[in-house]
Amino acid sequence: MAHSGAIEASQLRVVRQHNEILKSLNFRLEEGELVGLLGPSGSGKTTLMRALLGVQAITSGSATVLGERVGSAGLRRRVGYMAQGSAIYLDLTVRENLRYFAGVLGVALSRVDHCLEVVDMHPLAGRLVSSLSGGERSRVSLAVALLGDPALLILDEPTVGLDPVLRRDLWATFADLVAAGTTVLVSSHVMDEAARCGRLLLLREGRLLFDDTPAALKERLHSESFDEAFVRLIEETP
Amino acid sequence: MSLRRTLLTALRILRQLRHDPRTVGLLLAVPSALVGLLAWSLVNRPGSFDAVGPRLLGIFPLTVMFLVTSVTTLRERTNGTLERLLTMPLEKAEFIGGYAAAFGLIALLQSLLVSTLSYTWYGLAHQGVPWRISAVALCAGLLGTAFGLALSALATSEFQAVQFMPAFILPQLLLCGLLVPLAALPTALRSVADVLPMTAAVRAIAPLQTDAYYFEQFAVMIGYIVVALGVGAATLRRRSK
Repeated sequence: MAHSGAIEASQLRVVRQHNEILKSLNFRLEEGELVGLLGPSGSGKTTLMRALLGVQAITSGSATVLGERVGSAGLRRRVGYMAQGSAIYLDLTVRENLRYFAGVLGVALSRVDHCLEVVDMHPLAGRLVSSLSGGERSRVSLAVALLGDPALLILDEPTVGLDPVLRRDLWATFADLVAAGTTVLVSSHVMDEAARCGRLLLLREGRLLFDDTPAALKERLHSESFDEAFVRLIEETP
Repeated sequence: MSLRRTLLTALRILRQLRHDPRTVGLLLAVPSALVGLLAWSLVNRPGSFDAVGPRLLGIFPLTVMFLVTSVTTLRERTNGTLERLLTMPLEKAEFIGGYAAAFGLIALLQSLLVSTLSYTWYGLAHQGVPWRISAVALCAGLLGTAFGLALSALATSEFQAVQFMPAFILPQLLLCGLLVPLAALPTALRSVADVLPMTAAVRAIAPLQTDAYYFEQFAVMIGYIVVALGVGAATLRRRSK
């Protein structure tokens, strides 16, 4: 059997309440890639991520993650997920949140401190989440996603609302994780973040418009900026 | 099903409550204060509190725990934490079991407090076994928790969840025998009233019945708790359409 890669989608379609959200997507991501999933809001990024996690039912086609069918029980320890909302308990402290999720995952409590350091939230570990800013909450949420030392990280707009310094630091964290062998799939609607990825998937209205490296995108469309490249790409797509 | 993950979930829910002392205070104080208010209002009618009071020990915990559980679990469904947990190796039964254990403990404390106060300060003279009243209050609290877990799946907002309370609790209150004796109900209503969980709670407190009668009422309550917890677990979907 051929090596199946980190994620493989074949004619993946999702229809929700008579709306075709994802229209027959085909792509394959290799392990250890930093992949940007870019597209305007409403393009289907979150639905694609949820389908790969197994929490969104697939209408037709198929997808495998780390060689297993999406949603299989074995993947629950191997895939880390950070949703767009922070999905942590507001009425617990930062550390209490991480300790609970670490317990559910069955990982050592030493991971809690390690992951808090990775996202630079260690100094605020004793604070109630309800007293944190939006950016701080998303860093806690990222720390939870990192707890299980997952082989694949799926991050839905992790840099929204962060200041430029933090955003740079987070992308550096993603690069470190990839260097250590993790596959990272990051969504964003900020086109300039494309430059930080090794591979780009551009999604618009449920269709995959582009699947290659950032350099190839600029070259193919003779554009200086990613915003410009994306506009040209849309214009030349029938 | 792992006991460890169930207990971790229960501890997490109790930790959340610890950061919210006002809610804990309300949970423990409100049923006791209501029963105290009833005792006071009946102080000029000797014997009335002894007749009505014990029944309320079955009704208040059911109502309070139903409301608290449905709002808390709805919050977990809507803020993304439930979805996150279901992408992790947490079984649905562990999630439901954690809630039942955590709120069961609250229901236990609530029932001990309200029955102790009733027998001492409020001067309840009940021809029954005190521990049985505590046991009914505990079962009633667990009934509220179990139905709250199940019905929160039907609500899409906390506003709706709160409105399930009158829809679910008030009909049972009207038919449980508190306002109208069961024997005086029209036949059709009587047959409905006979199988309602709150009726079983009220009957289990009635004095001077045979052991078999009490056993039957407890069996009805425990049956409802198990069924409602099962329905609650079934409403948790790992995968949305």
